[in-house]
Amino acid sequence: MKKPTYSPLFLLIIKKAVFYLATYFVALALIFLIIRLMPGNPIEQLVARLVAGRHAGQSFGHVDQLYWQFITEFGLDRPAYEQFFVYLRNMLTFNFGISIMAYPSSVVDILIGSMPWTFLVLFPSIVIGFVVGNYLGAVAASKKGISDNVVFNISLLFSNVPYYCLAFIMLYLFAFLYPLFPIGGGYSFGHTGFSFTPDWVVDYLHHYALPFLSLVLINVGGQAIGMRVMMIYELNSDYYVYSKQLGLSEGKLTSYAYRNALLPQITGLALSFGTIFGGSLVTEIVFNYPGIGLALYNAILREDYPLIQGCFAMITLTTLLANFAMDILYAFIDPRIRAVYAGEKT
Amino acid sequence: MSLQLLIRSKKFLVGMGILLFFIGLAVIVPWFLPDPKTMDPKLQWKPPSTERLLGTDLFGRDVLSLFANGMNMSLRIGTIAGLISTVVGVVIGAIAGYRGGSMDEILMSITNIMLVIPSLALLIVLAAFLKMRNEMLMAAIIGFTSWPWTARSIRSQTLSLKSREFIELSRMSGLSELKIIFQDVLPNMFSYVFMCFALQMANGILSETALSMIGLGPTDVVSLGMMLRWALLWETVRLGYWWVFIPVTVAVTLLTTSLLLINTGMDEMFNPRMRKL
Repeated sequence: MKKPTYSPLFLLIIKKAVFYLATYFVALALIFLIIRLMPGNPIEQLVARLVAGRHAGQSFGHVDQLYWQFITEFGLDRPAYEQFFVYLRNMLTFNFGISIMAYPSSVVDILIGSMPWTFLVLFPSIVIGFVVGNYLGAVAASKKGISDNVVFNISLLFSNVPYYCLAFIMLYLFAFLYPLFPIGGGYSFGHTGFSFTPDWVVDYLHHYALPFLSLVLINVGGQAIGMRVMMIYELNSDYYVYSKQLGLSEGKLTSYAYRNALLPQITGLALSFGTIFGGSLVTEIVFNYPGIGLALYNAILREDYPLIQGCFAMITLTTLLANFAMDILYAFIDPRIRAVYAGEKT
Repeated sequence: MSLQLLIRSKKFLVGMGILLFFIGLAVIVPWFLPDPKTMDPKLQWKPPSTERLLGTDLFGRDVLSLFANGMNMSLRIGTIAGLISTVVGVVIGAIAGYRGGSMDEILMSITNIMLVIPSLALLIVLAAFLKMRNEMLMAAIIGFTSWPWTARSIRSQTLSLKSREFIELSRMSGLSELKIIFQDVLPNMFSYVFMCFALQMANGILSETALSMIGLGPTDVVSLGMMLRWALLWETVRLGYWWVFIPVTVAVTLLTTSLLLINTGMDEMFNPRMRKL
């Protein structure tokens, strides 16, 4: 009997999807283990904090009711393996529970409120960092001489500054010494959330500039350093030297080398996505920018464990989705791999 | 022979110089300065002067003393975390690369899974649920979440060493696998392992600083990240007290850059193809 044949691209997507699902599962299981291995009764602490923080002086019956509500919600009256399934179901359906610091708001509401802020600063800085950084690195490698030296040293400097350090320095320079920008926050007093009036947009961009710039500078630096090495490697390769001797035009040759050097850069970007995301989290904290990093920071300050857990799940999920998208994109970009999946070559 | 090669690398020398400078500062300077825990309300927020080279903070503590002691703590946590992640990464990478087959597949799946889970987020959750965090515990959680990079690069190094004649010879003379890995494979990539350690130590220092800055650092000690935490909590940027955070940010940057320079300097010297560039 003949086996049904699937397109190789479909199989690739399935393979990658299984890998990332397994990874998400492992990440969630790790958190479950961490929570369970900690001493003490987490629900007791949770209820105690809720009651102490918000409803001091309320009747004991209310506390008892709250306690059992949490116990049944988290399935703690059932055996450990069943608890794990309850936990998994909650996490996979984005039911992260209720925030302690913003009771009675749910964790999901807080995450939905803060994620757009993070994405607005994160994605443009990654894309611009990638495009500009690779361009600069490639130009530096092919021009050589002084321009190479300047680009290399400046990029090396920025790529090595930790995110939070650059944030401190930028804030001090451009908000205190030369007060061109506000000293933090995402919007001025009187503005709340998104409103998309021209007035609001100008105010937002004013607050947005420094966090964005500090992320972009580091991303450009990192990409330029990587691209320069890749490009030098390509420029010394046999095919390049041979084609040059054949008399191919410089411009055409450089574009060939550039495309070859870009491929490993895309893999590198996919792998460093988690680091960039982590960097944007601490950058937000220094700039007091109202994204998921600041939410996580406040959750840590107030020991809001459901919110910490929800932030972790969202950060991990976003990172994994981005990696998944990159893996699939990579198959389309690399002509060798694309040829295999299009069935031209085996 | 290899040391003579290294001395020719400007990058390696500069990196080593910066690193040794900070180690010296962290070890020697605390002897000559007041205890960083000494508080004096009369000396609140004094800017740098000849008497107090980096001024004082909110509690009138000597910032240079805090800085030197904090550097000491950060270097220690960075070193231990770097050692842990290098050892774990080397063991997993070497076994996966040498053994091959299903062992390789299992170990590399674990490595790849750990590689894409954002390590800072995992560290934050781990640290948040640990109530008491001392120096060793910090180093341990950082070390055990950052080994995958090392495991991957050690595996590919092992793969390239595996088919060399001297390894074949050991195999034919009936040495056990573990003996071959630890006596033949690993000693032959010692410089490479050290390069991985330099990167892991930089990562350890960065992770400790980030964790401490957001309030999840070691409890009850001074570290560079702790100083940044105070700088954040007391809004020192808004107040313009630069001496509290500029020295720390510059030092963390220089320190991690020096470790990276040591790494690339060694890479260029031991890798003849790079040496020409």
